[in-house]
Amino acid sequence: MADKESVLDFATDWDHTDPQWVDNPYPIWEDLRERCPVAHTERYGGGWFPTTHEVVSAIANDTEHFTSRQVVVSKNKYPEFAPPAPIGGAPPITSDPPFHQIARRLLLPAFAPGPINALEPQIRALCRQHLDGLKGREFIDAGLEYAQFIPPGVISHMLGFPPEDGDQFREFVHVVLDLIDLEPEVRAPLFEPMAEYFTVQIEDHIQNPRDDLTSYLLNVEVNGQRLAPEHVRGSMVLILVAGIDTTWSAIGSSLWHLATHPGDLARLVNEPDLMALAVEEFLRFYAPVTMARMVKEDMEYAGCPMKKDDWILLGFPAANRDPAAFEDADEFIIDRAVNRHAAFGLGIHRCAGSNLARLELRVALEEFIKRYPKFQIDDSSDVTWAQGQVRGPRHIPMKVA
Amino acid sequence: MKVRIDADLCQGQGRCFSIAPNIFGFDDLGNGVVLGDGELTDETIESARLAQSNCPEHAIFIEE
Repeated sequence: MADKESVLDFATDWDHTDPQWVDNPYPIWEDLRERCPVAHTERYGGGWFPTTHEVVSAIANDTEHFTSRQVVVSKNKYPEFAPPAPIGGAPPITSDPPFHQIARRLLLPAFAPGPINALEPQIRALCRQHLDGLKGREFIDAGLEYAQFIPPGVISHMLGFPPEDGDQFREFVHVVLDLIDLEPEVRAPLFEPMAEYFTVQIEDHIQNPRDDLTSYLLNVEVNGQRLAPEHVRGSMVLILVAGIDTTWSAIGSSLWHLATHPGDLARLVNEPDLMALAVEEFLRFYAPVTMARMVKEDMEYAGCPMKKDDWILLGFPAANRDPAAFEDADEFIIDRAVNRHAAFGLGIHRCAGSNLARLELRVALEEFIKRYPKFQIDDSSDVTWAQGQVRGPRHIPMKVA
Repeated sequence: MKVRIDADLCQGQGRCFSIAPNIFGFDDLGNGVVLGDGELTDETIESARLAQSNCPEHAIFIEE
């Protein structure tokens, strides 16, 4: 926000909402990786930011020293809406073992390749419908008029929410993931419309059960018992929030890349078989999602004096640019064959929606380049990027004809 | 040569069955599984190695 002090040194005072970071974080990360490699801040109540693949991977896999109780860094540590570990406010992403596995196994079958791949025709139709709406235009905003519509359309279908509520979903996501630097008392009331929305949806699904994830969560039993109402609500919030601007950002970044790299666009148009490799490289190079952990107890870790409840900003996108883990890490190589990227996280919290995200990204790109084999950034207008833990372009002004 | 997936390491990243669907499949949770007995031939060894080198969790093992 406007009254915030600018960062002078990200090594000792990082802030992922600083305009410099939001505009282009990669040179900052590269500098930190060479100098630290774990940066510190006193902002947000204190936290650490590892920049190497090695430390990011180690922390992601270390549930003994780090908790997932809160996965979004903000100014309110331990807010009322976040019950303590091992369950947390949005299971399973906020859950620690052993509860984590119970909550995760309930969701995984719905997001396994079988049921997800079956959604392909529907996703393709959704993409075409939005492209049809742009027919005849010379200039479009590929973020506002295309990328942002695809994930909400799919996730509302899976949860059984009205498809026309997409605008509300994007507003919920904005509050949860973008407005993290507001003071707690300013931010808390902004969560109320989301809470109300879920109450209405849950009530409707109790009255009119149907074949969707909401009814499934309301009725599924673990050891003969239905889930606690907070668990059902938390998992629904997770599915909605995690399923929207993450993939929207991946689609947007990929389109932005193609709009600024005509050589890559031409290759993808002429060699459609490259798409599978290209999708993985888009995910590596423009990984949208950074997660957070909290330190469980005071300890020395990776040479840092960590304190109980310190944040860890777990930069999977930074890990993906680490030259120790990737050859020519700072180069986008559209046919990169060996690509062990961490865009979906590492360890037990691997993004449960990764199969869906990949499918949406691939289909959204395929349909877009089929419609527009040539497009470029319209320099007369600005590209803007989201702030916070999900990185992606929001406005992508393009010339498409 | 035989390929196997360490089920404790696999987190369902989904790279193996996309890269080498003739060697790997997935279970109900989306975790990777080796199809058949995992015995590799001259034709399949290369794609098994490629899948191995793309597994973010280092869960694929190829053994003599």
